[in-house]
Amino acid sequence: MDIGFLAQFVLSGVMLGVVYAMVAVGFTLYFGVLDVINFSHADVLTAGAFLSLATYLGLTAAGVQMPFAVLALMLVAGLAGMAALGMVIAKFFVLPLRHAPPFITLLMTLMLGTAMREAIRLFYPSGSNPQSFPKLLPKTAYHWGNLLVREDTLILIATGIAVIALVSIFINRTRLGLAIRAVAQDGETARIMGIHFEWIVLLVFALGSALAAIAGVMNGLYYNEVSFSTGLRLGIIGFCAAVVGGLGNMYGAILGGFLFALLQTVAVVAMPAFSAYKDVFAFTAIILLMVIKPTGLIGEATSERV
Amino acid sequence: MKPEFKSRIAGLAAAALVALAPTASAKEVVKIAFLAPLTGSVSADGIGGRNSAELAVKIHNADPKSKYEFQLVTLDDECKPSTGVQVATKASADPSIMTVIGSYCSAATIAMVPVFIRFQVPVVVWAAVLPAITYGQKTKNINRVSATLINQNRVAAEFMVKNQHYKRWAALYDTTDYGKAMLHYFEQFLKEQGGTMLGTFGVPPDQQDVTAELTKIKELNPEVIYFGGLTPLGVRVLKQMDQLGIKAQFQGTSGMVGPSFIEGVGPKLAEGVLAMYDQKPVEELPGGKFFMDEYAKAKYNEPPAAYGPYAYSATTLVMDTIEKTGPDREKINTALRQTKDYQAIVGKITFDDHGQNVNPTTTKYIVQDGKFIDWDKSEYATGKRKLKGH
Repeated sequence: MDIGFLAQFVLSGVMLGVVYAMVAVGFTLYFGVLDVINFSHADVLTAGAFLSLATYLGLTAAGVQMPFAVLALMLVAGLAGMAALGMVIAKFFVLPLRHAPPFITLLMTLMLGTAMREAIRLFYPSGSNPQSFPKLLPKTAYHWGNLLVREDTLILIATGIAVIALVSIFINRTRLGLAIRAVAQDGETARIMGIHFEWIVLLVFALGSALAAIAGVMNGLYYNEVSFSTGLRLGIIGFCAAVVGGLGNMYGAILGGFLFALLQTVAVVAMPAFSAYKDVFAFTAIILLMVIKPTGLIGEATSERV
Repeated sequence: MKPEFKSRIAGLAAAALVALAPTASAKEVVKIAFLAPLTGSVSADGIGGRNSAELAVKIHNADPKSKYEFQLVTLDDECKPSTGVQVATKASADPSIMTVIGSYCSAATIAMVPVFIRFQVPVVVWAAVLPAITYGQKTKNINRVSATLINQNRVAAEFMVKNQHYKRWAALYDTTDYGKAMLHYFEQFLKEQGGTMLGTFGVPPDQQDVTAELTKIKELNPEVIYFGGLTPLGVRVLKQMDQLGIKAQFQGTSGMVGPSFIEGVGPKLAEGVLAMYDQKPVEELPGGKFFMDEYAKAKYNEPPAAYGPYAYSATTLVMDTIEKTGPDREKINTALRQTKDYQAIVGKITFDDHGQNVNPTTTKYIVQDGKFIDWDKSEYATGKRKLKGH
């Protein structure tokens, strides 16, 4: 295959992978600290994108013209809003169920996610229809043979990787991160050591939800479209990525996210005639991987969680 | 207990009002149902159709010579087969509904067909183009004013190969019955004409990222990309073609003709997009001017969209038929099937033995300066502007 096309496939695969990985990291963070699966995560992503979009529409209506200032404010609104929402979810829907069987939490977050999704559909003006997301990033294109790279794609990929790297540094290199890891490893012992368990859980939910908001905005900027069901597909893929990477392991989630994007892309490249079945192919591959390695690619073999 | 009592009183009052209302009009009220995607990504077409049908009812009811007063019951099928079956059942099972007009999406409409057959409710399809809706079975209650998608693909293949001398195609289609049928007929006619299909790529209609498929298409280097699907996916495909720098000519189908496609991609990117659609431009239709004037007078917020004139024609046909037969499903079925040279705003409507209107004319459309216009009247036909690769 021509190297230019190969690079093009890699580029679009990486773009997909970054978004999947960001969603997967959220799932894995929650599981790491609290052993819960938070199925409302993907709908937080959608809510974040919609809140940013509403901010954009508000600012435009107020006559603000500077695209970067608008983008910054959109991100701030989305991030802050979702971080707060994440804490609310943790405080009122997840923490109270801490001693209940895990599937109760799973069911609770699943219903919460559905309620949020339907609320967006019903309460956002013509929310059933896909909403056009503004183009705020420069679109200048560069050619190298058959490879075409646009600035917006590069900016989004760089942002995504930077965000994931920052989260990783935060968890592995800071005192707060140490506290999170301590809670992840053993909540009771961490508490005895003087770590405020509830605060840490709230912090992790804020962090994961803020990540989801960034992923939602990135997704919107790249495709110039958001809909109330955007999170649904991303959520399923992100969750699979987290599980196949090894739930609770951050690097596993990243690996899983990129693996899923790779599988989807390979399916199209290798079997063009069956491109309609690319999700069948990708999910089947995930099932096989899970049968072979039920604990995930980077599972419990390494003791570190989160 | 008190609030409950109060609400009961209010309920009684409301019921009394409802009971009294019909007596205000002297004419017998006849209900007809209109099915369309009123929410979801293709709702622009659904709402345009609904407005047009409503307009037809309003005009009919204002006519003092009409025997019946019609009431349009609109139901939303969301372009989904599952919701389609629900609303089709709701409309068919209601004995007060005399005819069902619906729907827009082929994938949803084909799912409704068994329901319609079971209830033997008179049906006039206003927009869906999948051949199997009328030709897939023999039943006396399903008719269609819009075309089947067969002819537009025949015209498209002939025009693109013979007239425009294109040779190599790649196709991207949605994996619903609609997209698959589009591709099936286009491939068949393309082969007859001697064109080559280098590769076909199916994607679910809600898939957001088509870059992998398009990169593969770029590698195949076709002259034309055939697109078989509806507006939302078409918008994504064209946008992402641009993102990948694909220079091939975009050739679309009837499901993406209309203002929302151009709004979605922007007039610059839409320029030179080709699509076939089985209706002449509104202003050339026999009743086109009348329709557009009345539509403008009614002050709807949304445009009638591509299939508005068909929705209007289906509704007038149904009402005129019921005026003759009276509100009796059995009689309506017989009368509808005998429709011959009915003068509608889209032209004459004649149903064949499967209830398929035999008259629609395929017209080649091209986007010029942010508008879908008749190819024959465009600067592309005169050679002033050129299609991609020419």
